[in-house]
Amino acid sequence: MKRRDFVGLTGLAAGALFLPTLPSLGGTPVDPSRLLEGTDPALKKRLADAGLNAAKAAGATYADIRIGRYLNQSIFTREKQVQNIASTESFGAGVRVLANGSWGFAATNTVTEAGLAKAAQLAVAIAKANAKVQKSTVELAPQKGFGEVKWQTPIQQNAFAVPVAQKVELLLAANAKATDNGASFVNSSLFQINEQKYFASTDGSYIDQDVHRIWPTFSVTAIDRASGKFRSRDALSAPMGLGYEYLTPKAADRIPGAAGTGLVGYRNSYDMLEDAALAAKQAKEKLIAKSVTPGKYDLVLDPNHLGLTIHESVGHPLELDRVLGYEANYAGTSFATLEWKAKKIPYGSKLVNIVADKLQPGSLGAVGYDDEGVKTKRWDLIKEGMLVDYEKIRDQAHIVGQTESDGCCYADSWDSVQFQRMPNVSLQPGRAKLSVDELVKNVDKGIYIAGRGSYSIDQQRYNFQFGGQVFYAIEKGQITGMLEDVAYQANTQEFWNSCTAICDESDYRLFGSFFDGKGQPSQVSAVSHGSATTRFNGVTVINTARKIG
Amino acid sequence: MAILTQTEAQDILKKVLSFSTADECEATLNGSIGGNVRSARNSISTAGAVDNVSLAVQSRFGKRSGLATCNEFDDATLRRCVQRAEEIARLAPESPEYVPLLGPQQYLAAPASFAARTADITPDYRAQQIGASMALCEAKKLTSAGFFNDSAGFVAKRNSKGLEAYQRLTSVDFSITVRTPDGTGSGYAIANYTDLAKFDAARLTRVAAEKAASSVNAKAIEPGKYTVILEPAAAIDLFNNMMGAMDARNADEGRSFLSKKGGGNKKGEKVFDERVTIYSDPTHPEVPDLTFANDGRPQQKVTWIEKGVVKNLYSSRFWAQKAGIPDLPPPGGWIMQGGTQSTADLIKSTAKGILVTRLYYIRAVDPQTLLYTGLTRDGTFYIENGQIKFPIKNFRFNESPVIMLNNLEAIGKPVRLNGSLVPPLKIRDFAFTSLSDAV
Repeated sequence: MKRRDFVGLTGLAAGALFLPTLPSLGGTPVDPSRLLEGTDPALKKRLADAGLNAAKAAGATYADIRIGRYLNQSIFTREKQVQNIASTESFGAGVRVLANGSWGFAATNTVTEAGLAKAAQLAVAIAKANAKVQKSTVELAPQKGFGEVKWQTPIQQNAFAVPVAQKVELLLAANAKATDNGASFVNSSLFQINEQKYFASTDGSYIDQDVHRIWPTFSVTAIDRASGKFRSRDALSAPMGLGYEYLTPKAADRIPGAAGTGLVGYRNSYDMLEDAALAAKQAKEKLIAKSVTPGKYDLVLDPNHLGLTIHESVGHPLELDRVLGYEANYAGTSFATLEWKAKKIPYGSKLVNIVADKLQPGSLGAVGYDDEGVKTKRWDLIKEGMLVDYEKIRDQAHIVGQTESDGCCYADSWDSVQFQRMPNVSLQPGRAKLSVDELVKNVDKGIYIAGRGSYSIDQQRYNFQFGGQVFYAIEKGQITGMLEDVAYQANTQEFWNSCTAICDESDYRLFGSFFDGKGQPSQVSAVSHGSATTRFNGVTVINTARKIG
Repeated sequence: MAILTQTEAQDILKKVLSFSTADECEATLNGSIGGNVRSARNSISTAGAVDNVSLAVQSRFGKRSGLATCNEFDDATLRRCVQRAEEIARLAPESPEYVPLLGPQQYLAAPASFAARTADITPDYRAQQIGASMALCEAKKLTSAGFFNDSAGFVAKRNSKGLEAYQRLTSVDFSITVRTPDGTGSGYAIANYTDLAKFDAARLTRVAAEKAASSVNAKAIEPGKYTVILEPAAAIDLFNNMMGAMDARNADEGRSFLSKKGGGNKKGEKVFDERVTIYSDPTHPEVPDLTFANDGRPQQKVTWIEKGVVKNLYSSRFWAQKAGIPDLPPPGGWIMQGGTQSTADLIKSTAKGILVTRLYYIRAVDPQTLLYTGLTRDGTFYIENGQIKFPIKNFRFNESPVIMLNNLEAIGKPVRLNGSLVPPLKIRDFAFTSLSDAV
């Protein structure tokens, strides 16, 4: 699945609307019952060995093979009706080789011993063609083989095993809650992903993984026909590395937002009906909310909003491939170069501790092993405001004088080549006890923001602009009402150095990005970002209202 | 077997339909072969080749519909695939927006959308092209990051109502970012063609290299409203985003920039400067495209905006029937009518302004006004008295293409990008809202 295609098909681009038909999600449509079938690991091992042996025979010094069955089920509804149910499958294998010091990759959906051997030979031919114009050779961090091992996302209920009718019923019930509470329109959807991927390499690993992700979401629109004005409020759910249990609300996972907003945060389970009802009320309120006066404000950012700011201003700039220039033609580079790190300039205030984590339960990025056979781990990126490390894979570690990968390698499909992707990157909660209301109480002139809105950042990650789903004015420690047309602009370092308070662990929860795009050809990946409600002082806020006649 | 001939493809599809017991059945074959190579830091970083073909079967009983696929083509597999689609259809809910499958359609004669030269590209050719581009930059002591991607494929459709379609397509894409070793200058060039014969990696690399070298030591100027010249690579995304928002149903439902106060849409109203004319044409020799849409509807020459007036909106088949409007699918690409002036000509006629090479990270801020934000990148220059005076630091913008196309100063000669034809545009009062330190 290519992100651009997916976004185009589903209308998930900010401000766009859901389309009524969805031919497929880049995979091909399949019978839902088929999605529960796995492929026998012994068969996969035999096929993988055929590919690896062919690669070695053709002259590869290293080879890995990923045999993948990628399953998606997506359900789209609007108001009282189902728009589309798409169950798709994509099955095939990708072979990556090192030959004459260069990478080569070939993928095929002919998953037979002969088909994989042919793909391996093509990958070696590509590597050798590239080697003729290369001046330097690829250097891989050493990696021991793990033999035959398995890992599975620790889910309680496989979403693919839940009858489609039950899922449709939930989405239509959420739609009804929205329309009952005054919504003009509501689109809801449920995305479920299962990656059944088998990795084998000439290092001696045969890794069988079963990875699950889920994302329920909606967009509620309120329209004032007389003025022609329309406003939307999207779901405050998070995509998660969980099973269908995420959609059974539990009281312990319900975290109240700031007093006076009615907002609720959700941790490991989500109440879609409750959120849909509130969304409708808030969408209507947005139609008459006061337009913000531009200026400097103290921002109080809810975790369901701050996650995206972490993603863009910390997660991406610390990807070592960007730092080194490998993404210069597309996603861009980074201000946080090795030279910048050596200057020991504070990335943020001393309150800012940010970790990378490929192990965190419930997160989108959690796997046992990455897509080049490296066991996953947790490590520090920013400690007390200082940059201490990056996110890297096997062919990058030596460049920063390290001897091991961080396990950040990922491919979004069997036919995509694996490369460095962002791990879960999370802001650690404050150590001192602090609730959201206590935090708001100390703000004289501020704006409280929740939800994912418009987002944009430059190619070196200096200048960013973020919107949100809902904005509330804070005056003298009190929430005084809703605001509209709000976006904040800041410089990454100035922003993180203006961090003055972080709520404690009781407010901590995950935000997720389900379709993060990077690479050429573009690939998606899913990643989570944890945080607690956090305060940033003196941030520039602009007014985004315009007139087009 | 990735690129089947029309006869080979239709023979498989006929066999598929012969296995159907449903009220309606439609089968689609999609196949492609392709390859890519990517470079950075003056060396190749990744390269790959992909070969895939698949069959999708849609079966319908009354208003119930089911889909299934396979990618093996023996009789037993094809029969199972049809049976699976029928099983799903029997279990599916009835769709209140059901419309019957289309019958036989008259499609325009297939344009030259397939070029053998593109289909025949080899790994060696890709490596040589990117290698030559890297060498050119190294000789100038510059650092390059590039991407070369090619694909060749086909789409074939057939249904139980007699619809039949087949077409082959090729494409080749190249983009390159060239930077100075100290990271203070950056330039960019991009191109996209059907036929490899038009491709010239060296020319594009030289453009990017020249911009990189001339963009060092950029000066900061105050954010604000400026006359800008957007090169096609800068205009394309805002242009595509605007045209992608021309759905009739959204407009009729009151949630589009084309919705009217009190209800209805702005079809027939003048929304843009009178020099704005935008159409689509799958047979245009510069941007040949599929002559049929995903659902089998014909793609024809359609005028969407004429002299600033909204002439047509696209829609689903269901909405076209319900609203009683022309049944027009969204096209694969857009063509904006332009003049004969090059970007250089537009610069010459500019007293004071800013030349923008590329816009980046463009995101919607407000769907009501189509307000977008994003940043300039890879070559931003100050123009005075018809000449480029000096490079300037990058800006963040907050601007709507609707406002832009009302603040039009001049339209240049369109060039092909991403399957569309887009001209360089001179726009007054383009809103830059902050400075960026990014290079």
